[in-house]
Amino acid sequence: MTKFALSPDREKHVEEILSRYPNRQAACIPVLHVCQEQNGWISDEVVEWVAARLDLSAAHVKGVVTFYTLFNKEPVGKHQVWVCRTLSCALRGADEILHHCEKRLGIHVGETTKDGKVTLRTAECLASCGTAPMIQVDKDYYENLTTAEVDRILDRLIK
Amino acid sequence: MLRQTTYLTKRYGVPEGWTLPVYERDGGYQQAKRALSMTREALVDEMKLANIRGRGGAGFPMGVKWSFMPWPPKPEKPHYLVINADEGEPGTFKDRTIMELDPHAVVEGCIIGCFGIGAHAAYIYVRDELHLSKARLWGAIKEAREKGYLGAKPFGIDYPVEVYVHTGAGAYICGEETSLLNSLEGKRGEPRLKPPFPANAGAFGMPTTVNNLETIAAVPVALAMGGDAFSKLSDLHDQKDGGCRLYGVSGHVNKPGIYEACVGLTLRELIYDLGGGVKGGEMLGVIPGGSSCPILRPDEVVNAPDAKSPLHRWHGKNVLDVPMGVETYRALGTMLGTCCAIVLNKNTDIVLAMHNLMRFYRHESCGQCTPCREGSAWLFRILDRMTHGEATMEELDRLHEIADNIMGNTICAFGEGTAMPALGFLRKYRKEFEEYVRTKGKSGTGRLAL
Repeated sequence: MTKFALSPDREKHVEEILSRYPNRQAACIPVLHVCQEQNGWISDEVVEWVAARLDLSAAHVKGVVTFYTLFNKEPVGKHQVWVCRTLSCALRGADEILHHCEKRLGIHVGETTKDGKVTLRTAECLASCGTAPMIQVDKDYYENLTTAEVDRILDRLIK
Repeated sequence: MLRQTTYLTKRYGVPEGWTLPVYERDGGYQQAKRALSMTREALVDEMKLANIRGRGGAGFPMGVKWSFMPWPPKPEKPHYLVINADEGEPGTFKDRTIMELDPHAVVEGCIIGCFGIGAHAAYIYVRDELHLSKARLWGAIKEAREKGYLGAKPFGIDYPVEVYVHTGAGAYICGEETSLLNSLEGKRGEPRLKPPFPANAGAFGMPTTVNNLETIAAVPVALAMGGDAFSKLSDLHDQKDGGCRLYGVSGHVNKPGIYEACVGLTLRELIYDLGGGVKGGEMLGVIPGGSSCPILRPDEVVNAPDAKSPLHRWHGKNVLDVPMGVETYRALGTMLGTCCAIVLNKNTDIVLAMHNLMRFYRHESCGQCTPCREGSAWLFRILDRMTHGEATMEELDRLHEIADNIMGNTICAFGEGTAMPALGFLRKYRKEFEEYVRTKGKSGTGRLAL
């Protein structure tokens, strides 16, 4: 079992994050984000590493990880596709976009394609209601979508 | 009367409008500099005159909130300013436009806000999904710091101010101010009991003011114009609901988007004049200000014969023609919320619409209070059965009961935020729900999208 460690660049980033707050605990969520960026998900090793780095109990860190939807509790695909399906998006065709993604990728919501490239998810409101329907791919928003545009986006991901 | 303005959206659509040179060309940071040379009392008084009601949902007067901070600050108890930019309310997407298109207004507002409440650090709490917003805010902070507007001596004045962006990790409840504070402190975002209020014990146990992002972005504009003049932009100045604000409209309209206008715009103006009218014909209903605001029907008429009612002036008029204000909407039995409306046209399956919203609330309940955790899931389960044509009349009545029992029995307002819209749907569309149950869903259109 390899021990988790951050790259020197990311370690420097953690130092900078710690300087923003009056105590170490406040850095918990930002530091978990940095770890997830490197590791792809929050394993128990990562939980222990964060706990040790911030002088917290592993139970506390685990509690934080399980509370928030953006922390991956298991490995995910190389890319993550989030389809917003809350009311404003649903009124403008989010369900069709979602079904299209499922059909196109050959997986259901929550699953990852066999080649490990794409994980498909649903999101609860991504604050893009005026430009619905929309999806988020990794860090980018794609808005005012049609199924043809979804095809083009997914093609780029899985090729 | 439709009165569109561009005080807050001046730099929207301007090339590089989010950078310091453009902001300074428009007189940026002059108000922060001026504020730091005012007395704290004069600044807070000016803000009280501006009558800026919180733009995050509850609509509390901002200047009054600033005045609640213990004064003078004790050295062992530093004050904090926390900006709520969590923006998870379905239908709401206004704060994101400010962060992406005018981040310097936020930073300048933070400097003024810090001085007004005696803080030296501001944390802007942004949801992690908004990567562009975070980048633009950090970019603005960096530019301001390099120019010497932030740091140990902003504008050469001996009043240190730092501004940081803090990100969440995906939880709607973190838009609630006390759970936001827990999240900022590195904990699960579970709401706290009030009291103590944040002004006494907030972030890190210290006196804290939590302001919505649009609220703080309006501060430099209000200060530049003068509090009273800013307030008088509004049709509801006499109800202490001042200035201009951002309005959003989404769902079944032809031109969804964010529009700026004076306070007092009506829903009819928002939907028809700005939003380009209802897509696909007639309107079934409109959720006025984010999904926790009870829905309004287009055939509702104001009933306010009492001259003391804030709605008396509009007695007998259609609800769509009532100016959108904190007090007027409260009197209508709904809420102004974030001022971002969701429009549903007459082909919308009302049961599916409620099902969609209740799925959201089930997913986002933090789980701390039993009535909310169990109630939101129970509401969703019954609606799910209903959409499958399996629910009975008894279960339809049970929806009322469950929602009634959530009300007032939870630590935070999330419970009401679930129950009130649920009751709104059930009371105003009772006939449609009954018909849906009787026909096992055949009376519904089975569709949300057009």
